[in-house]
Amino acid sequence: MNWKSRILMGVGALMLIGLYFQPFWTISMTAPQYPEGIGMYIHIDDVTGHNRHDLQSINTLNRYIGMSEIHKEDFPEFVVMPWIIGFMILFGLLAAATGSVKLVLTWIGLMILLGIVGLVDFYMWGHDYGHNLNPDAPIKVPGMSYQPPLLGCKQLLNINACSWPYIGSIYIGLSMVFGAGAVWINKKRQY
Amino acid sequence: MTQIKSKKLRGILLGAGFVAIAAFVFTGCPGQQRMLDTGDAAQKVYVAPGEHDEYYGFFSGGYSGQLSVWGLPSARFLKVIPVFSQDPETGYGYSEETKPLFNTSYGFIPWDDSHHPHISQTDGDADGRWIFINANNTPRIARIDLVTFETKEILELPNTGGNHASSFVTSNTEYVIGGTRFSIPYEQDLDVPIDSYSDEFRGALSFIKVDENSGKMDLEFQIVVPPYNYDLGRAGKGPSADWVFFTTYNTEEAHTMLEVNASRNDKDFIAAVNWRKAAELVANGHGKTAPGEYYHNYYEGNQGYAISEQKNGVTILDTREIDEDFIYYLPTPKSPHGVDVDPTGEYIVGGGKLATVIPVHSFSRMLQAIEDGAVVERIDGIPVLDYDATIAGEVENPGLGPLHTEFDGRGYAYTSVYISSEIVKWSLETFEVVDRIDAYYSIGHLMITGGDTKNPDARYMVGLTKTAKDRYLPTGPKQNHPAQLYDISGDRMELLLDFPTIGEPHYAQAIRADLIKDNVAQIYEMEDNDHPHALRRIADNRVERDGNVVRVFMGSTRSHFRPDNIEGIRVGDTVYFHLTNLEQEWDVVHGIAIKGAQNSEILVAPGQTKTMKWEPNRTGIYPFYCTAFCSALHQEMQGYVRVSAADSDVPLTWRTGTN
Repeated sequence: MNWKSRILMGVGALMLIGLYFQPFWTISMTAPQYPEGIGMYIHIDDVTGHNRHDLQSINTLNRYIGMSEIHKEDFPEFVVMPWIIGFMILFGLLAAATGSVKLVLTWIGLMILLGIVGLVDFYMWGHDYGHNLNPDAPIKVPGMSYQPPLLGCKQLLNINACSWPYIGSIYIGLSMVFGAGAVWINKKRQY
Repeated sequence: MTQIKSKKLRGILLGAGFVAIAAFVFTGCPGQQRMLDTGDAAQKVYVAPGEHDEYYGFFSGGYSGQLSVWGLPSARFLKVIPVFSQDPETGYGYSEETKPLFNTSYGFIPWDDSHHPHISQTDGDADGRWIFINANNTPRIARIDLVTFETKEILELPNTGGNHASSFVTSNTEYVIGGTRFSIPYEQDLDVPIDSYSDEFRGALSFIKVDENSGKMDLEFQIVVPPYNYDLGRAGKGPSADWVFFTTYNTEEAHTMLEVNASRNDKDFIAAVNWRKAAELVANGHGKTAPGEYYHNYYEGNQGYAISEQKNGVTILDTREIDEDFIYYLPTPKSPHGVDVDPTGEYIVGGGKLATVIPVHSFSRMLQAIEDGAVVERIDGIPVLDYDATIAGEVENPGLGPLHTEFDGRGYAYTSVYISSEIVKWSLETFEVVDRIDAYYSIGHLMITGGDTKNPDARYMVGLTKTAKDRYLPTGPKQNHPAQLYDISGDRMELLLDFPTIGEPHYAQAIRADLIKDNVAQIYEMEDNDHPHALRRIADNRVERDGNVVRVFMGSTRSHFRPDNIEGIRVGDTVYFHLTNLEQEWDVVHGIAIKGAQNSEILVAPGQTKTMKWEPNRTGIYPFYCTAFCSALHQEMQGYVRVSAADSDVPLTWRTGTN
């Protein structure tokens, strides 16, 4: 690959560093009693509230429908993900350094795979939280489950929950665009 | 005989007829009140649902002892902040944390009469950090924090009778002032005949230093002055910022039937105090220490129990003993009430409630008179300046009973006039009345948004009136006091709104909402909860016994208490429920009340710890419950305490969650 492509790939890989500082997913909820909204950010290593105490409030509310409390410690993903992203950054840099189109393509492939695995994992967690309810829950609505939407908005009782990618995902997206761009420019030069 | 009688009767009837005609002529038909076209007025006060008002209004509660908070211009009632009176609604003055605030050198006093709120100032403008308010009966000053809207401090003023000329701040909140309305012997607890008034009684003007960071008050010194009634006060601003002005009446030194005996003199005084010089005299050791017991009640840290500090001794400057002049009397007609300084700091307006004019003193002329030695006499060492040397003008034809004046910063002053029940607007240039409008009925103070500051934000004016009579749906022989809202942005004052208030607002303050609302706390951070009996983690809930004292460390979250079953309490125990609301969400409040408690409920804000004392005097099962509709299962938020006989050996146990 030429220098331009290499730089592009290198920058793309480095963009993933942003994931250590910004959440990549957000779930925001509104309800008549929550005009100001309440919600969670998902980071590669943490889950936090939109506001300082949102998570506590969400757990308090979820008790009524018997949903398990959400605690960072329950997610092994938060331990693994920083390493995986670290690996992807190094891999990307290696691809840039060697200038190997193959490596770049592998990198892109891995990124796509990670994305799919991540979404599936997210869906499974959502399914688990939404369906695996405490039978002693005070509020039981027959046939009702509380799985949050994977992408988009969904009305769950009085709460309208919306799930969207957040700033970190822009880094992921850009990173992959840069990687693909590196291959594309390289290809163009060959003709 | 009969003829004379019938003549008299005819005369009376004729007189009554004239009065009726006069009343009709002067007051007009009921529908003729001057206001904007109803639609226009409605639009000016309409704040759409969910929108916020432009101003916070703080109205004193008068004999309710509290401070009410309003949104202006809509006149939405926002809150009552309990200050000088116990408030069973919130548990203020009933909870162990707040009880010490009511301690005085006369014991625990659950009520007072709050008159004049004043917002802290920076460079002559309200800064919205704290609001001070005075207690008139058992002299005190309170400081309310405008982050939590809670009373944080109450300071008693010793050797003072009726702290009425209070609680006005200087233009950088260096001091908040207090003043004697009812002169009493300055010597503490002195037992003398009442008719020794002129010899034994004295007035005291208090200067309370305010810590610029914490707001904490400290009675720095008192000025001992002749035994008049010191009615109202105001600090100067701009060029007069180093001065504080007090009105006096009863310079006749009457001690009985004051309505007659204190109304004889043509002129009473405005006392002009150079506080900076007075403070220097104190700093340089010119003061002396006089005995004076008083209480200083305040909080230390974020939460916990208020501390009652008992103090004794106060530094005084006695005008009879100090050679240097730092206080002057400006003769002012006649039993003046208000003393109000215009935004430039130049004009000092007296509100002579029995005067036929509104006298306006000039600050620069006053300084000149002092320099020229225009002194007509000295009273107890205080120079009395020549009236003609200080007066800048007299406003003619102000109506009957002018009381109190505020300003619009555009060259006009607005004076409330009690007897003729109106507000007059007059020019600070020509000293002529330019407009007048009725008040409903018998107005005391008035308040202009920012009207007492250096830069009035003069959009609205509120008239605080004393009787409602027919203004609203009748509510019995005693009705709540009204207030009227006027638009003063144009040339003429226009009535916009008329609404009943809470207690008896004597004075009010208003401040642009944006100076306060972004700082208002939504919760108490659990992390910063330094209450010695806080429950920091719900798992730590427990009950501890130490002799007859039982402490329940209880937590609440939606929708349960932990613990909610307690056994092993005995008749004769003193039980403290230390309830921590572990919620960290705005406005999610829990409360607690238990059957038979000779106490009020306690309301606990998110992140707050409050304590309810309970002394069970009968055996049995006592339900307790959450008094605030906190959540969908609020009605399930309850528990039981089992009380056994004094000699019972039921072990102390507590639990939650296992039926």
